Amino acid sequence: MPERHRVPDRHRGLAAGLLRGHLWLVCAFLYVPIAVLVLLSFNRSGLPTAWTGFTFDWYGALAENAAVQRAALNTLIVALASTLIATLLGTLLALGIESRRRASGLLDAILFAPMIIPDIVLAIALLSFFTLLRFTLGLHTIVLAHVVFNIAFVCAVVRTRLKHFDHAIIEASIDLGASEFTTFRRVTLPAILPGVIAAALLAFTLSVDEFIIAYFTAGAGPASTTLPMQIYSMVRFGVTPEINALATIVMLVSFTVLFAAQRLNREALQP
Amino acid sequence: MTFAASRNLLFLAPGLGWLALFLLVPVGLVAAYSLFERGVYGGVVHELTADNFVRAADPLYLGVLLTSAKVAGFAAIAALLLGYPAAYAIARGPRRLQTPLLFLVMLPFWSNYLIRTYAWIVLLNKEGLANQALRALGYDGPAIDMLYTEATVVVGLVYNYLPFVILAVYASLSRLPDELWEASEDLGARGHNTFLRIILPLSLPGVAAGAVFVFVLSIGNFVTPDLLGGGKVQMVGNLIYDQFLTARDWPFGAALSLILIAVMMLLLFAQAVAVNRAQGAHRA
Repeated sequence: MPERHRVPDRHRGLAAGLLRGHLWLVCAFLYVPIAVLVLLSFNRSGLPTAWTGFTFDWYGALAENAAVQRAALNTLIVALASTLIATLLGTLLALGIESRRRASGLLDAILFAPMIIPDIVLAIALLSFFTLLRFTLGLHTIVLAHVVFNIAFVCAVVRTRLKHFDHAIIEASIDLGASEFTTFRRVTLPAILPGVIAAALLAFTLSVDEFIIAYFTAGAGPASTTLPMQIYSMVRFGVTPEINALATIVMLVSFTVLFAAQRLNREALQP
Repeated sequence: MTFAASRNLLFLAPGLGWLALFLLVPVGLVAAYSLFERGVYGGVVHELTADNFVRAADPLYLGVLLTSAKVAGFAAIAALLLGYPAAYAIARGPRRLQTPLLFLVMLPFWSNYLIRTYAWIVLLNKEGLANQALRALGYDGPAIDMLYTEATVVVGLVYNYLPFVILAVYASLSRLPDELWEASEDLGARGHNTFLRIILPLSLPGVAAGAVFVFVLSIGNFVTPDLLGGGKVQMVGNLIYDQFLTARDWPFGAALSLILIAVMMLLLFAQAVAVNRAQGAHRA
């Protein structure tokens, strides 16, 4: 057999074995803390000291916790509203940018800024701005704030989708006599729709999880307390089994949404 | 204006308008506040001064800035040391496993940041699992409080941002063709030589991107030093928080925010230049 035509064995030897072992250790590092929380949420004593039996009691306690339910509802309102606005504006932005002939460094910088600016800086900047304009703070100001980072995020995901899209199809459609609007409705939109929905799902989880910007732009009082703000005050108060149950539910929701997004659009999770 | 151009403007205007109004203007406002004086009752007095920046150089606050840089630096290095071999294992592993493995690594990143950080309080507090594991191994001294140190904050940051590093390094490794390894071996290089002289230099853009990203996200972090530092580890994010919500010295908080942004932009710029230069060298 000619040696040069062998299929390269991509995984062999001691070094490869060590690497694989390391990868599994890294996965353990990433998952053990989360798994411990989930397990403890079913532990009767609620403490990590000993397993005293399986229980749903901590979930029951959550069901009777009015503050948590109020916060969950507030979070849902904020996340839905900010996702809707950001998906619309972000998708339009992506379409506008990708149909430009020349790349613009300034545009890219403006769209990159919300992703890298520290949350705490955006939080105090918006608080200063809303205070200067004498805005009443509440759920609506959190929505205004969350749209900022979600626009940039949706735009990035939809742009990746547009880049993988064969623009010859659009030319073909126009050549065949379709109007620009018909082409958009019948060709472009169906092609990018999975990407748009995936972006919306991811934006929704970002908004549901966001804490510090919401904390600064919410104003005081339970009327505008979101779930992360509620979790933060519970965590500051101390380690309680109820947080474990709440954490498990929140993670379950995030992961479900994420799996849906992944199924719709494989590129969405790559930067 | 042509139809296409006006349609483009229509598409761009709402999104860019939103970002201008709720990102650029507020950050501009912070820049303006940083040059004003603090009012007696916490407001902003419209008199120009550079005092806020001079104050940031006070040893007390400079110390906080340096602690932030140190913690962020350690987090970036530790995340690289853990993340690079993991990314390498994925990139050189069987192809059909690459996407599922990347998904597996990225999944925790999409869960709530507060919850991920809180999980470490559960593990590391005095009655936590880490102490129990020590007892199971035969340790019978007093319980060790592993929380509220700089090292704990570093662990929390590495935990939260490790997926980024793996993804960045994987992205640059997966671009290298298989033939590179073969060619190097055919020319007589041993495994570690191929890695050190060919693969590692070619993957440096991914390394730089991952490290800068972890550093930038860490140095401006608030939640991790707050929860895992427990007031004993002050980072610049906590200082800004205090200036706005406790001390009510907005101009000083604004100046600190600007310094933070400047440091980050400098780093991102340096990284972009380095990557450009590396790519230019390959093309030449």
